[in-house]
Amino acid sequence: MNTPSNLKYTQSDEWFDPATGAVGITDYAQGQLSDIVFVEILVDEGEEVTVGKAIASVESVKASSEIYAPAAGKVSAVNKDLSNAPESINTDPYGAAWMIKIEGGTTSDAMDAAAYEKYCEGRTH
Amino acid sequence: MATIIEPTIFELSSPGRRGVKMPASDVPEMALPPKEFLRSELPLPELAEVDVVRHYMSLSKMNYSVDSGFYPLGSCTMKYNPKINEDTCRLPGFLFTHPLQPIETVQGNLALMFEMQEWLKEISGFAGVTLQPAAGAHGEFTGVLMMAAYHKLRGDTKRTKMLIPDAAHGTNPASVGMLGMQVVTIPSDARGNVDLRALESACDDTVAGMMLTNPNTLGMFDENIEKVVALVKDCGALMYGDGANLNALLGIVRPGDLGFDVMHFNLHKTFSVPHGGGGPGSGPVGVSQRLVDFLPSPLVGILEESEGDMAPLYGFVTPKNTIGRMKAFHGHFGGGLVRSYTYIAMHGPDGLKDISQYAVLNANYLQARLRDTYKIPFDRICMHEFVMEGKFEGSDVRALDISKRLMDFNFHPPTNYFPLIVSEALMIEPTETENKDTLDRFADALIKIAEEAKTQPDLLHNAPITTKFGRMDEVKAARELVLCCWLPENYEQMA
Repeated sequence: MNTPSNLKYTQSDEWFDPATGAVGITDYAQGQLSDIVFVEILVDEGEEVTVGKAIASVESVKASSEIYAPAAGKVSAVNKDLSNAPESINTDPYGAAWMIKIEGGTTSDAMDAAAYEKYCEGRTH
Repeated sequence: MATIIEPTIFELSSPGRRGVKMPASDVPEMALPPKEFLRSELPLPELAEVDVVRHYMSLSKMNYSVDSGFYPLGSCTMKYNPKINEDTCRLPGFLFTHPLQPIETVQGNLALMFEMQEWLKEISGFAGVTLQPAAGAHGEFTGVLMMAAYHKLRGDTKRTKMLIPDAAHGTNPASVGMLGMQVVTIPSDARGNVDLRALESACDDTVAGMMLTNPNTLGMFDENIEKVVALVKDCGALMYGDGANLNALLGIVRPGDLGFDVMHFNLHKTFSVPHGGGGPGSGPVGVSQRLVDFLPSPLVGILEESEGDMAPLYGFVTPKNTIGRMKAFHGHFGGGLVRSYTYIAMHGPDGLKDISQYAVLNANYLQARLRDTYKIPFDRICMHEFVMEGKFEGSDVRALDISKRLMDFNFHPPTNYFPLIVSEALMIEPTETENKDTLDRFADALIKIAEEAKTQPDLLHNAPITTKFGRMDEVKAARELVLCCWLPENYEQMA
């Protein structure tokens, strides 16, 4: 499981990059979902989001999941290429598969990499 | 099994070929409706009758149905549908009627519908029933509309949240979303019940209701159901029951007695209407006394009481605060109601109770036979279905591989990857109609597959190997959508 140390993580498996404001889903999450076949970003540039707001919908061959904002702030960018390449969530979850950027985003109780890894190991289901 | 790949019916079409020859017209020619109401092109396939029959016969040979074998698709209640249902729903008096006929000419149909309403009330413990909804999710939407109307009429407009457990069917949050309500997810506890502490903290005066499936999709009867209902009601909210799993409760527990305010029935599951091919379903909804005035219009009622030997006059009645019509006419009459009516009449009260007892017994028998081979995360006495994990320590075999391999043993796979709270979920619902021999063959197959997972995992990764088509590329199918086998000539301009 790949968990970059410069990122923050949520219990619902989103990552947040405090340096760039980028948001995506974790390597652990993409592994659980298996092959991603569809992504839809639900917010637009300029929109204000609060922590926990649904920002994207992701479908794999197994399940469909909503992705929630890990930080509050203004959406400064939306990854428009992602819907044409949903597989990049599987191959490059922390790179090409960023979903949105939240400008000046602030997180409340996000975990660091070590805490998130421990959290994932403790999940039996 | 068909021996060649059957072309589509459009590929079999040949211009000018036909099944019937129309006689020369013996009525005056009439002008057509204005051009803008007419299609310029209607590309229907052109075939002779025998070609059509052979085409569909060939497709049916490639199909797998509950008439060809065991079909343990969890939460779908794929029970065998007795063939007498097919006789009754084709009786001319039912078959050759139209919903716009004067009520005096369709009293038999209306009597059946009236009695069906009464029977469903009796089975579920509710005060009123509508037969209109076309399927389960439509019934959910109908129920949630009534809940919203109830709060609105009382001026209680801040109730915009619906509490839904994490084990719920996906249709529950979808139905709520259709109304613009907010979904609040309630986790399950370690025994597969609603987490009472989470529920308690979510209950306040902004909650419109809770949607609960009981037994839930883990096949668990909520051990604290009375507390759950009390918590929801104490905050002024309404209790919705998802009747998808009613097959576990017939003649044993009535949701109305537990304090539920609304529940949809899935006639196509519990009361033996063939399903799985996209319909028609049938999703009547029962309600408690405080919601009867909100039922959809019309209901079937008695307009004139019976006198002496005279039967009563049945007709349509409109509830006082009705949410309106949910369907153009009166629900899926022949396909749903007549079949289900037949099924209930053939079983009677004791027979219905037997159904649920055998459904629960069969599920527990399978669970007991598989417990030592597969991990069952919520391992206690189950109701009509149970969920196990399709994975093994140190093996890369997954639930999907196990399901595909089951096809080599001529079984329909169980439900995969649902509910979401179980990793690599395999959700097994045998139903009451299977005998012990079938259950044993199925358990033996799963035990053998577990052994294969250790000794020859590639066999499972490549399964099925005995079917006409091998492992499908589900990822490619989902990513490269081709939804039409045929494109109109002017497709480019249309797009």
